[in-house]
Amino acid sequence: MNFFRTTFRVSLVAGAALMASTGAWAQAKLKVGFMLPYTGTFAALGNAIENGFRLQVSELGGKIAGREVEFVKVDDESDPAKATDNVNKLVKRDSVDVIIGTVHSGVAMAMAKVAKESGTLLIVPNAGAGAVTGPMCAPNIFRSSFSNWQPGYAMGEVVGKKGAKKVVTITWKYAAGDESVAGFKEGFAKATGGQGQVLKELSLPFPGVEFQALLTEIASLKPDAVYTFFAGGGAVKFVKDYAAAGLKKSIPLYGAGFLTDGTLEAQGADADGLLTTLHYADGLNTPRDKAFRLAYAKAYKLQPDVYAVQGYDAAQMLAIGLTATKGDTKDKAAFAAAVRRSTIDSPRGKFTLGKNHDPVQDIYLRQVSAKENKSIQIAVKALADPGKGCSMQ
Amino acid sequence: MDLATFLIQCLNSLQYGLLLFLVASGLTLIFGIMGVINLAHGSFYMVGAYMAFALSPVVARTFGGGFFSVLVVGTVLAVLLGYVLEWAFYSYLYEREHLQQVLMTYGLILVFEEVRSLLVGDDVHGVPAPDILSGTLPLGDLMTYPVYRLFISGVCLLLALGMWFVFTRTRLGMMIRAGAANREMVQSLGIDIKFLYRVVFAAGVAIAVLAGMVAAPVSSVYPGMGGQVLIICFVVVVIGGIGSIRGALLAALLIGFVDTFGKVLLPSVAGVLVYVLMALILLWKPDGLFKAG
Repeated sequence: MNFFRTTFRVSLVAGAALMASTGAWAQAKLKVGFMLPYTGTFAALGNAIENGFRLQVSELGGKIAGREVEFVKVDDESDPAKATDNVNKLVKRDSVDVIIGTVHSGVAMAMAKVAKESGTLLIVPNAGAGAVTGPMCAPNIFRSSFSNWQPGYAMGEVVGKKGAKKVVTITWKYAAGDESVAGFKEGFAKATGGQGQVLKELSLPFPGVEFQALLTEIASLKPDAVYTFFAGGGAVKFVKDYAAAGLKKSIPLYGAGFLTDGTLEAQGADADGLLTTLHYADGLNTPRDKAFRLAYAKAYKLQPDVYAVQGYDAAQMLAIGLTATKGDTKDKAAFAAAVRRSTIDSPRGKFTLGKNHDPVQDIYLRQVSAKENKSIQIAVKALADPGKGCSMQ
Repeated sequence: MDLATFLIQCLNSLQYGLLLFLVASGLTLIFGIMGVINLAHGSFYMVGAYMAFALSPVVARTFGGGFFSVLVVGTVLAVLLGYVLEWAFYSYLYEREHLQQVLMTYGLILVFEEVRSLLVGDDVHGVPAPDILSGTLPLGDLMTYPVYRLFISGVCLLLALGMWFVFTRTRLGMMIRAGAANREMVQSLGIDIKFLYRVVFAAGVAIAVLAGMVAAPVSSVYPGMGGQVLIICFVVVVIGGIGSIRGALLAALLIGFVDTFGKVLLPSVAGVLVYVLMALILLWKPDGLFKAG
């Protein structure tokens, strides 16, 4: 009895496997694995990315390159310690065709390592760690967002062109902050012809929020401008403390866009007028962006943000690559070539991918007014990450 | 560093130290006097900050008044919360091992975070300071100093004074100190030690919640904020000497100075300076600066 049941089950499974392997590519479902933060500080970002991705898939009629799309989700909790286990779950247990993730740079590095070894397609929809498209770059790893270097570099040029000679930078002492400041210094040096001076690079341990001592330091240094990289709760507190310390009137504050993204409600009037740089902005007023915002608002009863755009574009990149390979996720060379060749029609504006698979994109200069990050000009056109240490140059 | 900057940094140190004391003093009661390793202390602080944010529209509708009525309502709610938590959970922990205390209070952290996420969401929020305290004082040629920060320091000093008075000058304080020294003996003298502990615990929770509410306008309100203050609270209590309010105040001020000047003078090692300080003090005085009893 038992024997019969087992044989029966085995033959069923074998039959199913046979059907899957003999059927055309078009029949097998495409397994997309989301590895995103669904709990913790970044939960809202993870959800926005997934929403954006799903919106593009549904606009494509629920299919990518003729294959039905099936989603598998893993909550990465933004915990680098669990990252390798989590990504292995998707690769080995669920054998997904492509991984979409994640927000936290430390987790993304672990994902890139596994993707590089296993050859699974990976599209990073946020994490800006330079290494992902630098030393860790690989033919099967792509990014639909930005590198930490990009907004920093663009702001460096802006501040330099505004005539600032002496600046101070302030950030958390961790990879993202260091990379952003490095980008800023590069842009600032270029715009001032090497004349600009960075008086001091202030930092405090991540994720500390006791800024008072460093604000006093800024006041005593009296720079022409301050560049900062903070995000989330730290960004809210920094902007409020900077204003409360009376520095906002006397020393202009510039930041990477995360300073004022998703935080304006909490920052209130203290954020008004702040200038930041990012690859997306409010008030772009392009037909593409308007259509995207409307569709997103209809589908989720929410306003989209930069994270939703990045998720949406990750799906666009996947569709472009897979259409070229007729749905075959194993042909990585053809996939990469197709994505590299094409222009991605993003709500942020059209962009292409650089040799290191990071977007070559316009960086906007935005100003906070009426709780929005209004685009006032393009800070740098078609800015490419230098991809330091990437072997695919 | 010129003299003016030095003095401003001293003011920053003092202010940060007092804020630390405000947050840590509830832990001194619960961990220091009752002997329960309470990892959920940071969560009480977070609950306070979220109360300052979420209660203000409700309070304004039902009672009227602004920030200060929120403080009163929040503190009353906190005492109730502490009372219920002690009855339901903590009262089973006094005789248990430290590991079991750690496990249960860690579990409470997860519960509080999840409930917070369900009720208020994961967004960052700002809490405006009350209008009469929202001004600033000029300080040096560029800086100004928010009046609200001085208010926080005032609250801390009042609290420190109040706690010192209750503990050393009242009958209640005498009973609490006796209970900390020898639970059974106090009980055999006819004092309801169970009730007494429940009151002390509720007071500890209330102080942590009050700290969260008072700090909310300067710290803003965000997920995981409790975890950030928890470790530094334990450092304050351990440096100060377990169970000593005087010690906690001194330790908090010491940490305020080391942290502030560390960030400015030795930025590359600022993250570890406070812990180096703790290690040195424990080498010198293994029981902390002032051990109670």
